[in-house]
Amino acid sequence: MASAIAKQTYNVFFRRSSAYLAGIFASAFAFEIAFDTVSDRVWDSINKGRQWKDIRDKYIQ
Amino acid sequence: MLSKVAYTTTARAFRASSTFRPVRFASTQAGPFGANRKAAMMWFTKAAAASAIVGYGISNYVLTDDRMAPVYKAVSEASTELKKKAKEFGIELEIPFTVAHAFSTADHGLHPPHYPWDHYSPWKSYDHASIRRGFQVYKEVCSACHSMDYIYYRNLVGVSHTEAEAKALAAEYEYEDGPDDSGQMFMRPGKLTDAMPKPYPNEEAARAANGGAYPPDLSCIVRARHGEEDYIFALLLGYCDPPAGVNIREGLHYNPYFPGGAIAMARSIFDEVVDYEDGTPNNASQLAKDVTTFLSWASYPEHDERKKMGLKTLAISAMLLGLSVWWKRFKWSYVKSKKIVYRPGKFDEV
Repeated sequence: MASAIAKQTYNVFFRRSSAYLAGIFASAFAFEIAFDTVSDRVWDSINKGRQWKDIRDKYIQ
Repeated sequence: MLSKVAYTTTARAFRASSTFRPVRFASTQAGPFGANRKAAMMWFTKAAAASAIVGYGISNYVLTDDRMAPVYKAVSEASTELKKKAKEFGIELEIPFTVAHAFSTADHGLHPPHYPWDHYSPWKSYDHASIRRGFQVYKEVCSACHSMDYIYYRNLVGVSHTEAEAKALAAEYEYEDGPDDSGQMFMRPGKLTDAMPKPYPNEEAARAANGGAYPPDLSCIVRARHGEEDYIFALLLGYCDPPAGVNIREGLHYNPYFPGGAIAMARSIFDEVVDYEDGTPNNASQLAKDVTTFLSWASYPEHDERKKMGLKTLAISAMLLGLSVWWKRFKWSYVKSKKIVYRPGKFDEV
Protein backbone atom coordinates (compact mmCIF):
# COMPACT_ATOMS: atom_id res chain seq x y z
CA MET A 1 0.00 0.00 0.00
CA ALA A 2 2.66 2.46 1.11
CA SER A 3 4.87 1.51 -1.74
CA ALA A 4 1.95 1.97 -4.15
CA ILE A 5 1.47 5.55 -2.92
CA ALA A 6 5.20 6.18 -3.12
CA LYS A 7 5.30 4.82 -6.62
CA GLN A 8 2.32 6.92 -7.65
CA THR A 9 3.93 10.02 -6.10
CA TYR A 10 7.14 9.31 -7.88
CA ASN A 11 5.41 8.84 -11.19
CA VAL A 12 3.34 12.00 -10.85
CA PHE A 13 5.78 14.45 -9.25
CA PHE A 14 9.37 13.31 -9.54
CA ARG A 15 9.58 11.56 -12.84
CA ARG A 16 9.61 14.67 -15.02
CA SER A 17 11.34 17.92 -14.17
CA SER A 18 8.36 19.92 -15.39
CA ALA A 19 6.02 18.10 -12.99
CA TYR A 20 8.59 18.43 -10.21
CA LEU A 21 8.84 22.19 -10.73
CA ALA A 22 5.09 22.60 -11.01
CA GLY A 23 4.71 20.56 -7.83
CA ILE A 24 7.12 22.84 -5.96
CA PHE A 25 5.29 25.96 -7.11
CA ALA A 26 1.87 24.56 -6.32
CA SER A 27 2.89 23.29 -2.88
CA ALA A 28 4.58 26.60 -2.01
CA PHE A 29 1.37 28.40 -2.97
CA ALA A 30 -0.80 26.01 -0.98
CA PHE A 31 1.56 26.07 2.01
CA GLU A 32 1.60 29.84 2.18
CA ILE A 33 -2.18 30.08 2.13
CA ALA A 34 -2.52 27.39 4.76
CA PHE A 35 0.24 28.80 6.97
CA ASP A 36 -1.10 32.36 6.78
CA THR A 37 -4.61 31.23 7.54
CA VAL A 38 -3.54 29.24 10.57
CA SER A 39 -1.14 31.83 11.96
CA ASP A 40 -3.64 34.69 11.44
CA ARG A 41 -6.22 32.67 13.30
CA VAL A 42 -3.79 32.04 16.17
CA TRP A 43 -2.86 35.76 16.28
CA ASP A 44 -6.51 36.80 16.29
CA SER A 45 -7.36 34.39 19.07
CA ILE A 46 -4.43 35.61 21.21
CA ASN A 47 -5.49 39.23 20.63
CA LYS A 48 -9.20 38.72 20.86
CA GLY A 49 -10.99 41.99 21.65
CA ARG A 50 -7.89 44.13 21.17
CA GLN A 51 -7.78 44.64 17.42
CA TRP A 52 -9.78 47.09 15.36
CA LYS A 53 -11.77 44.32 13.69
CA ASP A 54 -13.02 43.24 17.11
CA ILE A 55 -14.31 46.68 18.17
CA ARG A 56 -15.28 47.91 14.71
CA ASP A 57 -18.89 46.72 15.01
CA LYS A 58 -19.52 49.20 17.80
CA TYR A 59 -18.78 52.19 15.57
CA ILE A 60 -19.80 51.21 12.07
CA GLN A 61 -23.09 52.72 10.96
CA MET B 1 55.52 -2.81 -2.98
CA LEU B 2 56.97 0.33 -4.40
CA SER B 3 55.06 2.60 -2.02
CA LYS B 4 56.13 0.66 1.05
CA VAL B 5 59.71 0.87 0.04
CA ALA B 6 59.39 4.56 -0.61
CA TYR B 7 57.78 5.06 2.81
CA THR B 8 60.49 3.20 4.59
CA THR B 9 63.26 5.05 2.89
CA THR B 10 61.78 8.47 3.57
CA ALA B 11 61.22 7.57 7.17
CA ARG B 12 64.77 6.47 7.50
CA ALA B 13 66.07 9.55 5.76
CA PHE B 14 63.99 11.64 8.08
CA ARG B 15 65.26 9.97 11.18
CA ALA B 16 68.80 10.28 10.02
CA SER B 17 68.56 13.99 9.45
CA SER B 18 70.77 15.90 11.84
CA THR B 19 68.49 18.97 11.98
CA PHE B 20 65.53 16.95 13.26
CA ARG B 21 64.69 17.46 16.91
CA PRO B 22 61.81 15.49 18.30
CA VAL B 23 59.10 17.60 19.95
CA ARG B 24 58.57 15.97 23.29
CA PHE B 25 54.93 16.70 23.88
CA ALA B 26 53.87 16.54 20.31
CA SER B 27 51.50 13.70 21.00
CA THR B 28 49.86 15.12 24.13
CA GLN B 29 49.74 18.80 23.15
CA ALA B 30 47.74 18.88 19.94
CA GLY B 31 46.48 22.44 20.22
CA PRO B 32 47.76 25.61 21.85
CA PHE B 33 45.43 25.16 24.84
CA GLY B 34 45.76 21.45 25.51
CA ALA B 35 45.61 18.03 24.03
CA ASN B 36 41.97 18.17 22.97
CA ARG B 37 38.88 20.30 23.05
CA LYS B 38 38.01 19.30 26.62
CA ALA B 39 41.41 20.43 27.86
CA ALA B 40 41.10 23.69 25.92
CA MET B 41 37.66 24.38 27.42
CA MET B 42 39.07 23.70 30.87
CA TRP B 43 41.93 26.10 30.19
CA PHE B 44 39.55 28.87 29.11
CA THR B 45 37.24 28.27 32.07
CA LYS B 46 40.10 28.54 34.52
CA ALA B 47 41.46 31.63 32.81
CA ALA B 48 38.06 33.33 32.82
CA ALA B 49 37.42 32.46 36.47
CA ALA B 50 40.85 33.65 37.54
CA SER B 51 40.60 36.96 35.69
CA ALA B 52 37.09 37.51 37.04
CA ILE B 53 38.28 37.00 40.62
CA VAL B 54 41.35 39.18 40.17
CA GLY B 55 39.35 41.88 38.34
CA TYR B 56 36.66 41.89 41.00
CA GLY B 57 39.25 42.13 43.74
CA ILE B 58 41.13 44.98 42.09
CA SER B 59 38.04 46.99 41.21
CA ASN B 60 36.43 46.54 44.63
CA TYR B 61 39.32 46.61 47.04
CA VAL B 62 42.23 48.34 45.36
CA LEU B 63 40.77 51.02 43.11
CA THR B 64 38.18 52.13 45.65
CA ASP B 65 40.63 52.30 48.51
CA ASP B 66 41.05 55.76 50.00
CA ARG B 67 44.81 55.34 49.88
CA MET B 68 44.53 55.38 46.10
CA ALA B 69 43.12 58.91 46.15
CA PRO B 70 46.51 60.68 46.07
CA VAL B 71 47.46 58.55 43.07
CA TYR B 72 44.34 59.60 41.19
CA LYS B 73 44.92 63.18 42.19
CA ALA B 74 48.51 63.04 40.97
CA VAL B 75 47.44 61.44 37.67
CA SER B 76 44.68 64.00 37.22
CA GLU B 77 47.00 66.94 37.98
CA ALA B 78 49.69 65.57 35.72
CA SER B 79 47.23 65.18 32.88
CA THR B 80 45.87 68.69 33.47
CA GLU B 81 49.43 70.01 33.31
CA LEU B 82 50.02 68.02 30.16
CA LYS B 83 46.88 69.47 28.63
CA LYS B 84 47.94 72.99 29.56
CA LYS B 85 51.38 72.47 28.07
CA ALA B 86 49.84 71.02 24.94
CA LYS B 87 47.51 73.99 24.70
CA GLU B 88 50.47 76.34 24.79
CA PHE B 89 51.63 74.63 21.65
CA GLY B 90 48.17 74.91 20.19
CA ILE B 91 47.16 71.28 20.63
CA GLU B 92 43.79 70.33 22.12
CA LEU B 93 44.63 67.19 24.06
CA GLU B 94 41.87 64.89 25.22
CA ILE B 95 42.93 62.32 27.79
CA PRO B 96 40.19 59.82 28.58
CA PHE B 97 39.18 58.72 32.07
CA THR B 98 40.67 61.74 33.81
CA VAL B 99 37.52 63.81 34.23
CA ALA B 100 34.82 62.82 36.69
CA HIS B 101 31.27 63.71 35.74
CA ALA B 102 28.82 63.96 38.58
CA PHE B 103 25.58 62.21 37.76
CA SER B 104 22.48 63.53 39.37
CA THR B 105 18.96 62.28 38.85
CA ALA B 106 17.73 65.84 39.12
CA ASP B 107 19.75 66.83 36.06
CA HIS B 108 18.85 63.80 33.98
CA GLY B 109 15.33 63.26 35.21
CA LEU B 110 14.15 60.55 37.54
CA HIS B 111 14.08 57.18 35.78
CA PRO B 112 10.46 56.20 35.26
CA PRO B 113 9.30 52.88 36.71
CA HIS B 114 8.56 50.06 34.27
CA TYR B 115 4.83 49.81 33.84
CA PRO B 116 3.23 46.56 32.65
CA TRP B 117 2.08 47.80 29.22
CA ASP B 118 -0.09 45.07 27.81
CA HIS B 119 1.28 45.60 24.30
CA TYR B 120 4.86 44.95 25.47
CA SER B 121 4.32 41.21 25.31
CA PRO B 122 5.84 39.77 22.10
CA TRP B 123 2.54 38.31 20.91
CA LYS B 124 0.17 41.12 21.89
CA SER B 125 -1.17 43.79 19.56
CA TYR B 126 -2.13 47.26 20.67
CA ASP B 127 -5.43 47.57 22.47
CA HIS B 128 -7.20 49.53 19.76
CA ALA B 129 -10.04 50.59 22.03
CA SER B 130 -7.34 52.24 24.14
CA ILE B 131 -5.88 53.93 21.04
CA ARG B 132 -9.32 55.31 20.28
CA ARG B 133 -9.75 56.67 23.80
CA GLY B 134 -6.22 58.01 23.70
CA PHE B 135 -6.98 59.92 20.52
CA GLN B 136 -9.93 61.46 22.30
CA VAL B 137 -7.65 62.55 25.15
CA TYR B 138 -5.14 63.97 22.66
CA LYS B 139 -7.87 65.82 20.82
CA GLU B 140 -9.52 67.28 23.90
CA VAL B 141 -6.44 67.95 26.05
CA CYS B 142 -3.02 67.70 24.40
CA SER B 143 -3.87 69.18 21.00
CA ALA B 144 -4.43 72.56 22.62
CA CYS B 145 -0.64 73.01 22.60
CA HIS B 146 0.94 70.01 20.85
CA SER B 147 0.91 69.42 17.12
CA MET B 148 1.02 66.03 15.42
CA ASP B 149 2.24 66.99 11.99
CA TYR B 150 2.92 63.49 10.73
CA ILE B 151 -0.37 61.88 11.71
CA TYR B 152 -3.12 62.27 9.13
CA TYR B 153 -6.80 61.58 9.55
CA ARG B 154 -6.48 58.76 7.05
CA ASN B 155 -4.08 57.04 9.46
CA LEU B 156 -6.92 56.66 11.95
CA VAL B 157 -9.09 54.74 9.49
CA GLY B 158 -9.04 51.05 10.30
CA VAL B 159 -7.01 51.66 13.46
CA SER B 160 -9.28 53.54 15.83
CA HIS B 161 -12.04 55.05 13.71
CA THR B 162 -14.21 54.14 10.78
CA GLU B 163 -13.78 56.06 7.56
CA ALA B 164 -16.99 58.02 8.13
CA GLU B 165 -15.90 58.96 11.65
CA ALA B 166 -12.45 60.06 10.49
CA LYS B 167 -13.99 62.20 7.76
CA ALA B 168 -16.31 63.81 10.29
CA LEU B 169 -13.37 64.45 12.66
CA ALA B 170 -11.37 66.07 9.86
CA ALA B 171 -14.28 68.23 8.78
CA GLU B 172 -14.46 69.80 12.25
CA TYR B 173 -11.43 71.92 11.37
CA GLU B 174 -10.78 74.42 8.61
CA TYR B 175 -7.65 74.09 6.53
CA GLU B 176 -6.09 76.59 4.21
CA ASP B 177 -6.02 75.44 0.63
CA GLY B 178 -5.52 76.95 -2.74
CA PRO B 179 -4.75 78.95 -4.66
CA ASP B 180 -8.09 79.17 -6.41
CA ASP B 181 -8.73 80.56 -9.91
CA SER B 182 -8.10 84.11 -8.79
CA GLY B 183 -4.86 83.19 -6.99
CA GLN B 184 -6.33 83.50 -3.51
CA MET B 185 -5.85 80.99 -0.70
CA PHE B 186 -9.09 79.89 0.84
CA MET B 187 -10.30 77.90 3.83
CA ARG B 188 -12.07 74.58 3.43
CA PRO B 189 -13.19 71.82 5.82
CA GLY B 190 -10.57 69.18 6.53
CA LYS B 191 -10.29 65.96 4.56
CA LEU B 192 -8.84 62.53 5.29
CA THR B 193 -5.57 63.63 3.69
CA ASP B 194 -5.07 66.46 6.19
CA ALA B 195 -2.75 66.17 9.17
CA MET B 196 -3.86 66.84 12.73
CA PRO B 197 -4.57 70.56 13.04
CA LYS B 198 -1.68 72.68 14.28
CA PRO B 199 -2.34 74.62 17.48
CA TYR B 200 0.13 77.31 16.41
CA PRO B 201 1.07 78.44 12.92
CA ASN B 202 4.81 78.09 13.61
CA GLU B 203 7.38 77.41 16.32
CA GLU B 204 7.87 81.07 17.18
CA ALA B 205 4.16 81.52 17.82
CA ALA B 206 4.19 78.38 19.97
CA ARG B 207 7.11 79.68 22.01
CA ALA B 208 5.56 83.10 22.40
CA ALA B 209 2.36 81.55 23.71
CA ASN B 210 4.14 79.22 26.16
CA GLY B 211 6.66 81.44 27.88
CA GLY B 212 9.51 80.54 25.53
CA ALA B 213 9.04 76.78 25.75
CA TYR B 214 8.17 74.89 22.58
CA PRO B 215 5.59 72.11 23.03
CA PRO B 216 7.18 69.28 21.03
CA ASP B 217 5.40 67.65 18.14
CA LEU B 218 3.88 64.39 19.38
CA SER B 219 4.02 62.39 16.15
CA CYS B 220 7.05 60.36 17.24
CA ILE B 221 7.37 61.39 20.86
CA VAL B 222 7.41 57.84 22.24
CA ARG B 223 10.35 56.95 20.01
CA ALA B 224 12.02 60.24 20.83
CA ARG B 225 12.25 59.94 24.60
CA HIS B 226 14.27 57.60 26.78
CA GLY B 227 11.96 55.30 28.66
CA GLU B 228 9.36 55.59 25.89
CA GLU B 229 5.84 54.82 27.18
CA ASP B 230 7.04 54.61 30.78
CA TYR B 231 8.50 58.10 30.57
CA ILE B 232 5.43 59.67 28.98
CA PHE B 233 3.10 58.06 31.50
CA ALA B 234 5.29 58.94 34.48
CA LEU B 235 5.71 62.51 33.24
CA LEU B 236 1.99 63.06 32.75
CA LEU B 237 1.19 62.01 36.30
CA GLY B 238 4.48 62.88 38.01
CA TYR B 239 3.77 66.48 38.98
CA CYS B 240 4.35 67.22 42.64
CA ASP B 241 5.56 69.96 44.96
CA PRO B 242 9.27 70.71 44.58
CA PRO B 243 11.47 69.38 47.40
CA ALA B 244 12.88 71.84 49.91
CA GLY B 245 15.61 73.99 48.45
CA VAL B 246 14.47 73.65 44.86
CA ASN B 247 13.20 76.88 43.45
CA ILE B 248 11.02 76.76 40.38
CA ARG B 249 10.82 79.88 38.28
CA GLU B 250 7.48 81.56 37.70
CA GLY B 251 5.68 79.84 34.83
CA LEU B 252 7.50 76.53 35.27
CA HIS B 253 6.34 73.44 37.12
CA TYR B 254 8.18 70.80 39.07
CA ASN B 255 8.24 67.30 37.63
CA PRO B 256 10.97 64.92 38.81
CA TYR B 257 10.80 62.83 35.63
CA PHE B 258 11.65 65.80 33.41
CA PRO B 259 15.39 66.37 33.00
CA GLY B 260 16.21 69.35 35.16
CA GLY B 261 12.95 69.05 37.04
CA ALA B 262 11.42 72.29 35.78
CA ILE B 263 8.93 71.79 32.97
CA ALA B 264 6.90 74.48 31.26
CA MET B 265 3.93 72.22 30.70
CA ALA B 266 1.48 72.34 33.57
CA ARG B 267 -0.26 69.20 34.70
CA SER B 268 -3.03 68.58 32.18
CA ILE B 269 -4.31 65.11 32.96
CA PHE B 270 -6.81 65.17 35.79
CA ASP B 271 -9.64 62.88 36.81
CA GLU B 272 -12.66 63.24 34.55
CA VAL B 273 -11.31 65.88 32.16
CA VAL B 274 -12.47 63.66 29.30
CA ASP B 275 -15.72 61.74 29.08
CA TYR B 276 -15.29 58.36 27.41
CA GLU B 277 -18.04 57.15 25.14
CA ASP B 278 -17.44 53.47 25.91
CA GLY B 279 -17.96 53.74 29.66
CA THR B 280 -14.33 53.23 30.67
CA PRO B 281 -13.57 54.90 34.02
CA ASN B 282 -12.04 58.28 33.24
CA ASN B 283 -9.65 58.71 36.13
CA ALA B 284 -6.30 60.38 35.53
CA SER B 285 -4.21 57.22 35.31
CA GLN B 286 -6.61 55.70 32.79
CA LEU B 287 -6.45 58.87 30.66
CA ALA B 288 -2.67 58.88 30.83
CA LYS B 289 -2.49 55.19 29.91
CA ASP B 290 -4.81 55.66 26.94
CA VAL B 291 -3.10 58.74 25.57
CA THR B 292 0.28 57.05 25.97
CA THR B 293 -1.00 54.03 24.04
CA PHE B 294 -2.23 56.38 21.32
CA LEU B 295 1.14 58.16 21.16
CA SER B 296 2.90 54.81 21.11
CA TRP B 297 0.78 53.76 18.14
CA ALA B 298 1.60 57.07 16.43
CA SER B 299 5.31 56.36 16.89
CA TYR B 300 5.11 52.69 15.93
CA PRO B 301 2.16 52.39 13.52
CA GLU B 302 3.64 49.18 12.11
CA HIS B 303 3.73 47.55 15.57
CA ASP B 304 0.91 45.00 15.16
CA GLU B 305 1.93 43.87 11.70
CA ARG B 306 5.58 43.70 12.75
CA LYS B 307 4.85 41.42 15.68
CA LYS B 308 2.61 39.16 13.64
CA MET B 309 5.26 38.92 10.91
CA GLY B 310 7.92 38.24 13.54
CA LEU B 311 5.94 35.35 15.00
CA LYS B 312 5.42 33.91 11.53
CA THR B 313 9.12 34.24 10.83
CA LEU B 314 9.96 32.41 14.03
CA ALA B 315 7.49 29.64 13.22
CA ILE B 316 8.89 29.15 9.71
CA SER B 317 12.46 29.31 11.01
CA ALA B 318 11.67 26.66 13.62
CA MET B 319 10.34 24.39 10.88
CA LEU B 320 13.41 25.01 8.74
CA LEU B 321 15.68 24.38 11.69
CA GLY B 322 13.99 21.05 12.34
CA LEU B 323 14.28 20.20 8.66
CA SER B 324 17.96 21.08 8.52
CA VAL B 325 18.74 19.06 11.65
CA TRP B 326 17.00 16.09 10.12
CA TRP B 327 18.82 16.63 6.80
CA LYS B 328 22.19 16.80 8.52
CA ARG B 329 21.54 13.61 10.46
CA PHE B 330 20.26 11.95 7.31
CA LYS B 331 23.39 12.82 5.40
CA TRP B 332 25.73 11.97 8.24
CA SER B 333 24.07 8.66 9.13
CA TYR B 334 26.15 6.95 6.45
CA VAL B 335 29.38 8.51 7.67
CA LYS B 336 28.65 7.82 11.32
CA SER B 337 27.65 4.20 10.93
CA LYS B 338 30.57 3.43 8.66
CA LYS B 339 33.24 1.28 10.23
CA ILE B 340 36.81 1.85 9.22
CA VAL B 341 39.14 -1.01 9.92
CA TYR B 342 42.80 -0.42 9.55
CA ARG B 343 45.02 -3.41 9.35
CA PRO B 344 48.64 -2.46 9.16
CA GLY B 345 50.59 -4.51 6.72
CA LYS B 346 53.96 -5.98 7.44
CA PHE B 347 56.76 -3.71 6.44
CA ASP B 348 59.80 -5.22 4.96
CA GLU B 349 62.98 -3.98 6.41
CA VAL B 350 65.00 -3.32 3.38
